[in-house]
Amino acid sequence: MAGTCCVAGGNNIMILACSGASNVGQLSNQAAIELTQEGFGKMFCLAGIGGKLQGFVQSAKDVPQMVAIDGCELGCAKATLEQAGVPLKTYVLLTELGIKKNKDFNLQREEIDKVKGAIKQACLADQQKAAV
Amino acid sequence: MEIKVLGPGCPKCQQTEKVVKEAVSEAGVQANIEKVTNILDIGSYGVFGTPAVVVDGEVKSVGKVPTKEEVKKWIS
Repeated sequence: MAGTCCVAGGNNIMILACSGASNVGQLSNQAAIELTQEGFGKMFCLAGIGGKLQGFVQSAKDVPQMVAIDGCELGCAKATLEQAGVPLKTYVLLTELGIKKNKDFNLQREEIDKVKGAIKQACLADQQKAAV
Repeated sequence: MEIKVLGPGCPKCQQTEKVVKEAVSEAGVQANIEKVTNILDIGSYGVFGTPAVVVDGEVKSVGKVPTKEEVKKWIS
């Protein structure tokens, strides 16, 4: 929801996590929560986009910078955006970071930090590309 | 036609309202323009940020000031 007025650029990166039912899904969710709390972007409801709720879909289409985070290669976040007609912008896949998918929901601090670092790096790299 | 401009009242929200009013006037369309400033009411539209414009219940733009031409397309 609109927490602040006039989102545009800056730290108003839309963060969309797959939040799936595995360690990597929940790592994507926890990283999105912590980055939002730290002011690096704002977590938004991927489920709203998946449900094709019109305000959510339009928001995703209009936002200047967005990062989609998928836990595993199934790519549910990516597929959700594709089906809603929302162009994919910055993308992070956690299993590509060397984190193995499992059903252990006891998330490790070092893995959360690793994911957060990768998301920040990917966003900053895309910001730099856009500025050129 | 019902047009809602969502935003708590920052300069960009005010600019959006102005653009919408001018577009409606120039297009000669009958429209009721309402400014929605309550944060909970704004949230009910599922928008990521403001300003946002809603035409007959459909969110048309989010987080930016639309151009007059864009607004005219939505209302024509």
